[in-house]
Amino acid sequence: MRWLKHGYLGLVYLLLYLPIAVLVVFSFNASRNPYRWQGLSLEWYARLWDNDALIQAALNSLLLATSAATLSTLIGTLTAIALHRYRFRGKRILNGMLFVVMMSPDIVLAISLLALFILIGVQLGYVSLLLAHITFCLPFVVITVYARLSGFNPQMLEAARDLGATDFRAVVTVLLPIIFPAVLAGWLLGFTLSLDDVVVSMFVTGPTFEILPLRIYSMVRLGIKPEVNALATVLLILSLVALIGSQYLLTRKRGKKHENSEEHPVGHLPAER
Amino acid sequence: MKLRNPFRTAVVALIWAWMLLFVFLPNLLVIVASFLVRDDVQFVRLEASLQSYARLLDPVYAGVFLDSLGMALTTTLVCLLIGYPFAYAVSRLPARVKPLLIFLVILPFWTNSLVRTYAMKLLLATNGLTNQALLGLGVVDAPLRMLYTEGAVIAGLVYVLLPFMILPLYAVFEQLRADLLEVSSDLGAERWRTFRYVVLPLTMPGVLAGCLLVLIPAVGMFYVADVLGGAKHLLIGNVIKNQFLDARDWPFGAAASIVLTLAMALLLYAYYLSARMVRRRSADDALA
Repeated sequence: MRWLKHGYLGLVYLLLYLPIAVLVVFSFNASRNPYRWQGLSLEWYARLWDNDALIQAALNSLLLATSAATLSTLIGTLTAIALHRYRFRGKRILNGMLFVVMMSPDIVLAISLLALFILIGVQLGYVSLLLAHITFCLPFVVITVYARLSGFNPQMLEAARDLGATDFRAVVTVLLPIIFPAVLAGWLLGFTLSLDDVVVSMFVTGPTFEILPLRIYSMVRLGIKPEVNALATVLLILSLVALIGSQYLLTRKRGKKHENSEEHPVGHLPAER
Repeated sequence: MKLRNPFRTAVVALIWAWMLLFVFLPNLLVIVASFLVRDDVQFVRLEASLQSYARLLDPVYAGVFLDSLGMALTTTLVCLLIGYPFAYAVSRLPARVKPLLIFLVILPFWTNSLVRTYAMKLLLATNGLTNQALLGLGVVDAPLRMLYTEGAVIAGLVYVLLPFMILPLYAVFEQLRADLLEVSSDLGAERWRTFRYVVLPLTMPGVLAGCLLVLIPAVGMFYVADVLGGAKHLLIGNVIKNQFLDARDWPFGAAASIVLTLAMALLLYAYYLSARMVRRRSADDALA
């Protein structure tokens, strides 16, 4: 029974990692044929390095993901604080709308935003992509931060107020340091969601601002190109470094503060957006 | 006091403005567009009509809708069959290895999902590695045609969406108290009865949550169908995308998206009802 269980676990992990392993191994293949191994070579990495359009698209993607994650973290954190601390009219409706954004298929969000941008005349490009990415990242940031806030003792804010701090000041000096790990997790989640998105970007992109996922999409749609293997390997290493780095930061932060509240699982999960 | 809190007013106004402008208004536009007529210059002409909805009943499109829903449901079922025993097995392992194992489930999913779809293509192609292995082992005589089939699309969707099934299931198995299983077997229930009457009802919320998290993205991921299914095996997402970006028939694309949204809303409602039923039943059991 025991070996059956372990064998099963091993099989599932094999299924999860085999495609990625093949991708990485064949990025070092000397052959143009993507299925035949003909010895080690760095040819595809060299080609990648020479492909200016691809590098420009990667830089654009990084710019977009960084700005979308930062702005959605800013708005999302403030929203989570407002939802946690204040009673206001329409709070339930607001909650409902955030839920709708999170649960509706991307394609529905994509066409609705395209219709809006066409109607109000936003030029399709960086700005439209940014607005769309902030919108689909928002609910995930709100959930991540809100989960952390539920473990927060509100008396600490009252104490700050009693000592003469304004609401804004109390939030910045007392609340923010405590919820910081969740804010960071929310940022990271937004960053990944934005980098990973194909569906929404496909609709709201314009000719002036090409981003990496769409560039990859047009490359892999028709055939198999070994450059994509090299590119995927580079991306894989980058996200691995970012993930391990952030885990390190988060655990160190938490260890220092002697916090033991559980991180919300959504904080580690890049949803398919 | 309330009125003099500028921080609160500013934050509430900001988020409300954002949601109204980028969620409420756009969705309203799509609903309106679905009742209009297509126009080549302006995308839509202001003329009320139900023709887009009527066209959805056309056997060609109704067929695509049903096929797509079928693929999405199969994907969900396969994820559940793989994920349920997996989540159970992980949750019964020693506490010190569990975080690592769950981390390993999440890790591949920090890489671009398009890249992972492409990796599947490498494996499934006619002269790809799976066929080379099968030919080499003498399992088959001629390479199998795996790419550009419905099976390839389903395999790609399962590969991309599996962690969304595993994580909620793992969460419920973690909360499952081992002593309940002991009680059940002490009372004489054999394994199957314990599973059927104790484990399954208690893990039902995780099953439902996982199924939703897989099913909802599965209908819209047009790039998986593009890369692995060729032009033949379409998802609803492909239909909507083609209408908006290629055929430029916005009213029809909008109508398709509204029907999709309604179908998803119905599923969410069913989820809500069954989750409530599960909760109530376990509350009744606790009282009895």
